[in-house]
Amino acid sequence: MIDGFVAVYVFMLAAFVGNEIISKVPVVLHTPLMSGSNFIHGIVLVGAMVALGHATTDLGKIFGFIAVFLGAGNAAGGYVVTERMLEMFKTKKKKDVKKDEGDKK
Amino acid sequence: MSEYIPLLIKVAYFVAAVLFIVGLRRMSAPGTAKGGIIWAGFGMVLATLITFLTPHMGNYVLILAALVSATAIAWISGKKVAMTDMPQMVALYNGMGGGSAAFIGAMELYKVSNGHELSAIPMSLALIGVFIGAISLTGSLIAFGKLQGLIDKRYTFPGQNIFNGIFALAVIGFGIYTFGHMEAMNLWIFFGGALILGFLMTLPIGGADMPVVISLYNAFTGLAVSFEGYVLGNWAMIVAGMLVGAAGTLLTQLMAKAMNRSIANVLFGSMGGDDSGGAGGDQGEMKEIEGADAAIMMAFAERVVIVPGYGLAVAQAQHKLWEMTQLLTENGVDVKFAIHPVAGRMPGHMNVLLAEAGVPYDMIEDMEDINPQFKQTDVALVIGANDVVNPAARDDPNSSIYGMPILETDLAKNVIVIKRGRGTGFAGIQNGLFFKDNTKMLFGDAQDAIGELITGLKEL
Repeated sequence: MIDGFVAVYVFMLAAFVGNEIISKVPVVLHTPLMSGSNFIHGIVLVGAMVALGHATTDLGKIFGFIAVFLGAGNAAGGYVVTERMLEMFKTKKKKDVKKDEGDKK
Repeated sequence: MSEYIPLLIKVAYFVAAVLFIVGLRRMSAPGTAKGGIIWAGFGMVLATLITFLTPHMGNYVLILAALVSATAIAWISGKKVAMTDMPQMVALYNGMGGGSAAFIGAMELYKVSNGHELSAIPMSLALIGVFIGAISLTGSLIAFGKLQGLIDKRYTFPGQNIFNGIFALAVIGFGIYTFGHMEAMNLWIFFGGALILGFLMTLPIGGADMPVVISLYNAFTGLAVSFEGYVLGNWAMIVAGMLVGAAGTLLTQLMAKAMNRSIANVLFGSMGGDDSGGAGGDQGEMKEIEGADAAIMMAFAERVVIVPGYGLAVAQAQHKLWEMTQLLTENGVDVKFAIHPVAGRMPGHMNVLLAEAGVPYDMIEDMEDINPQFKQTDVALVIGANDVVNPAARDDPNSSIYGMPILETDLAKNVIVIKRGRGTGFAGIQNGLFFKDNTKMLFGDAQDAIGELITGLKEL
């Protein structure tokens, strides 16, 4: 078990870090960033795995199965969607270069 | 060897938490954004793999079955979905995370009802986690349904806010009672009540507010994950969850601010639908224009500003739009794209779509930069946007969107509006712009209409 007050400090510090990171983000990245943070709370999967791993009752196993299923969906789906969105920011420059070259010809 | 495993797991979770923070940091700057998700992805894979080493675990078959099946389904659906449907997928995956946190909390509390010991602080955090996780689950599902078009109207009735308020208080009150009387039946009633509350809260919220709502539920899920992490003694969950909880809350505020609405207003002030949203049919006639004429108008303009909206995204017409833009540029026309902060269904959504089509950054202007330029603009081309160009938001204090910042296309010398039909926009409010003397309507699906414009431009 975690000492209650240590956790309060961690809650506070993590909250400040999260706040600080987002405060300077350009509008262009709002949607990808929401998607990215959506992926990060997919870490719930880890807790779901532990909870199911320790489940002994039938009901516990059913709930645990649902929790792992939902958590894994959050993590995997969140990653793919974010990655696809951000992919566009990367490939964009290459396309422009090619088009510029094409224009010159 | 095995005595080092708990330490190894702790170290791995710590590394994962650091990777999440670095990843999120990188994702918040355009140059490093792509790498950011990969950093965070490494953290997730590391944390997931190391968790299999947790001592005294069983049910490995069940864990693997759930893990593999959900990963496969989410991975494939995430790969296949069109870029335009991204916002609702974010809502869906977010709801899943909230649901996962809620079920974890319910499992831990169910153990307590069977005589397991749990002290007051983790028990209350577990209850709160169940509450907000459940709201996030059903609320996000409704948001998904609305954006996907499965739920195509808002469900409102008189006194709804009061009813929802009383229901929310009842669920919270019952939660406090459950805290003192931790029995399985009480727990299920509380869980079910929170699930229903998520439905009730989200059903009356109209489309224009949906991005704010999804972002809010994203923050909710983060908090729920963090609280359940505390109950399980899992530092990776505590840090990552709180990180998202804080970042999501701020992001929600930024979005609400972009629309000049408070979060309370979004949740409790139903928007649009009623006739108080500005004058209706007495504004005159809409004037139609043919594609060829509109093409000529633009080709001989000095400056054209394109305002893309959700209609463009739905029609998947961003590539054609870029083709048309290139034709105009070849004719010597100065073309700019004006993006409203909430164009599309989420902030930045439209930027992503235009980037996909290959539109360079320097042609895209934010609202603050472009608004003073409309007076010198010959043609403003509005494609499938409605509420974000509605002058009522600036001029009509009685309008329900009054105060929302808009793109001031009505100040341009000419306005061409591509629109599917004569109906009102997502917020259900009549738009005076469409009836103005210098506004011409080009009715049709964005894909077809832009096709007509391209044909017109090529024939010049």
